[in-house]
Amino acid sequence: MDLQITLLLGQDGITNGAIYALLSLALVLVFTVTRVIFIPQGEFVAYGALTLASFQAGKTPGTLWLLAGAGILVALIDLKIALAAGARQRIARILLWNLGYPAAITVLIFLGKPEGWPLAAQVLLSLALVVPLGPMVYRLAFQPAAEASVLVLLIISVAVHLALVGLGLLFFGAEGSRTPSFSDAALQLGSITVSGQTLWVLGSSLLLIAALYQFFGRTIYGKALRATAINRTGARLMGISTVMAGKLSFLLAAAIGAFSGILIAPITTIYYDTGFLIGLKGFVAAIIGGLASYPVAAAGALLVGLLEAYSSFWASAFKEVIVFTLIIPVLLWRSLTTHHVEEEE
Amino acid sequence: MKRLLVVTLIAGYSTLALADVKVGVIVGATGPGASLGIPYKNTFGILPKTLGGEKVEYIVLDDGTDPTNAVTNAKKLVLEDKVDLIIGSTSVPTALAVVDVANETKTPQISISPLPGSNGKSPWAFSVPQSMAIMMKANLDHMKLNGVKTVAFIGFADALGDQIFNGFAPQAEAAGIKIVVAERYARTDTSVVGQVLKVLAAKPDAVLLGGSGTPGALPHITLIERGYKGPIYQNHAVVNKDFLRVGGKSVEGAIVPTGPVIVADQLPDSNPTKKVSLQYIKAYEGMFGPGSSNAFSAYSYDAYLLADRAVAIALKKSKPGTPEFREAIRDALESTKELVGTHGVYSMTRTDHTGVDSRAVVLVRIENAGWKLIK
Repeated sequence: MDLQITLLLGQDGITNGAIYALLSLALVLVFTVTRVIFIPQGEFVAYGALTLASFQAGKTPGTLWLLAGAGILVALIDLKIALAAGARQRIARILLWNLGYPAAITVLIFLGKPEGWPLAAQVLLSLALVVPLGPMVYRLAFQPAAEASVLVLLIISVAVHLALVGLGLLFFGAEGSRTPSFSDAALQLGSITVSGQTLWVLGSSLLLIAALYQFFGRTIYGKALRATAINRTGARLMGISTVMAGKLSFLLAAAIGAFSGILIAPITTIYYDTGFLIGLKGFVAAIIGGLASYPVAAAGALLVGLLEAYSSFWASAFKEVIVFTLIIPVLLWRSLTTHHVEEEE
Repeated sequence: MKRLLVVTLIAGYSTLALADVKVGVIVGATGPGASLGIPYKNTFGILPKTLGGEKVEYIVLDDGTDPTNAVTNAKKLVLEDKVDLIIGSTSVPTALAVVDVANETKTPQISISPLPGSNGKSPWAFSVPQSMAIMMKANLDHMKLNGVKTVAFIGFADALGDQIFNGFAPQAEAAGIKIVVAERYARTDTSVVGQVLKVLAAKPDAVLLGGSGTPGALPHITLIERGYKGPIYQNHAVVNKDFLRVGGKSVEGAIVPTGPVIVADQLPDSNPTKKVSLQYIKAYEGMFGPGSSNAFSAYSYDAYLLADRAVAIALKKSKPGTPEFREAIRDALESTKELVGTHGVYSMTRTDHTGVDSRAVVLVRIENAGWKLIK
């Protein structure tokens, strides 16, 4: 293993690590706010990438029908509750977001013919299509059980994951897709070439992390999310809606997931079930951060990425084994160093 | 409720009385093997309504590419549906799992995935696909012809990867070709840079890849990206349209062994499989659109051809739904002689339940996003 190989592997590891970092941040966010271990995080990665690939192939992505279907379900449930409570002023809003929005996207796709659009517009349309699925999933699957134990929420999470993977197979088929890279530019750094897409991944990840930092520190919604994460009941007493916090965290998680998928689709082939493994590696990183610390999770993600790259060189058959075994010493160390008091059960 | 039960019972008896031939089909149309399982399954939608001249009912179950489900499905087919024959399953681990049930219940099984190892040597199990050794021999002959002395291998870290490696390594060693690196990756991996760098560092004369479908394109693309210029040999599990779509320019020039059905229109008329292959392609593409025919659904078609002949013979001896009938099918399958299919010419014996020879392999080169027969 000479210097060049070391550098190339390092570059590969950091690129993958950046994606794992984004996903681990989303996982920490969702867990702290809603106590949901968000296994379907990876499905948003696959949905984002494959929706974009469908647009480029001139096909109508199946996620459109999922958005429409979920919208109708949410509208029905919310309308029933609103009518029962006599809150007529909510009806227009419910109809607008759950029926009007999917209808507008549908019209846009069928009349706009997105296969001819520039890449940036296609990316935005894919995000506009996939991201709202996040809050809808929260509304349908998690909100009715928001006060349940972590274990129940985890079981729901597994169920949602299986359902979304199955739908992914139905929508996109079993074979994978790739999308063209954002730019063909390449950077020459000494003896190695860094591709434009790698720079995009790293740049976007850093930018997103900075944006999230600002969001949590500076905005009222970010502070509301933090308050809910620190103390659910306390936040509620201060007038913060936990439902709003839940939906917002799922919105962010879906946005991060879908965007990560779009970022890596030019580098690797994405399948309907690719997301699970990527999400799981993000989860290993989130565990390193104790499902609580953002910076430690991000550092853990880089560690996972690098470990993966170097072990694929030295012992490729055992790569996954090495990455996932990392969790055991981390858990040991965590359980020895933290004195955690269970707040429930 | 009671009346409904009586009606269903009568309906049940009446189908028994008609004594249609029942064939249980197990496919992995979901799960990790879905990309192969779906075309395998599609063929059962284009088959004639009769098998061996008798009305036939195909009961198709999905095992999700999971051996446990495959066993459950096989048991259900044999014990509840009383099938006379099992076709399936579509991946190595699931097909091997079905062998146990076939053996136990004395039901003939035609596997549409290879059955490697001693478990595959059951008296009740037959398999359609070419053995890995036959396929890899074609690659090896081409390597020898072109003076390749060292080979690097990158394959799946699963049963398929092992099978391809084990199909190649012993023959290569005997031929004096050295395997300098053997690397593995997972189907869902997003990067194989590490493996590829290791291969490049070893400077092999040629690279052999052991993946399937679109995931098989990842090391191929990475090799080209990292500036590998030598010949790349693939295996027959990548032969589908999606592989060409995802691989794009990177996979041009690759050499792939496959069944003759893939290049049926390029074969000389003297090739016995040409006529059968064109028949299958016409039927399949008539249903699923131009260009949809593929190697996997063709295996299912060959399983049908084998079953068609065996059932016709067995019907002369016994009635469907009886143990004697199942045994008669098995004996008839064993007596298959020079049966022309889409992938090859099948001749089974008591000891050979695969029954294809070198006529079942052609080498193709990927040219202009298509498969070109190497003469």
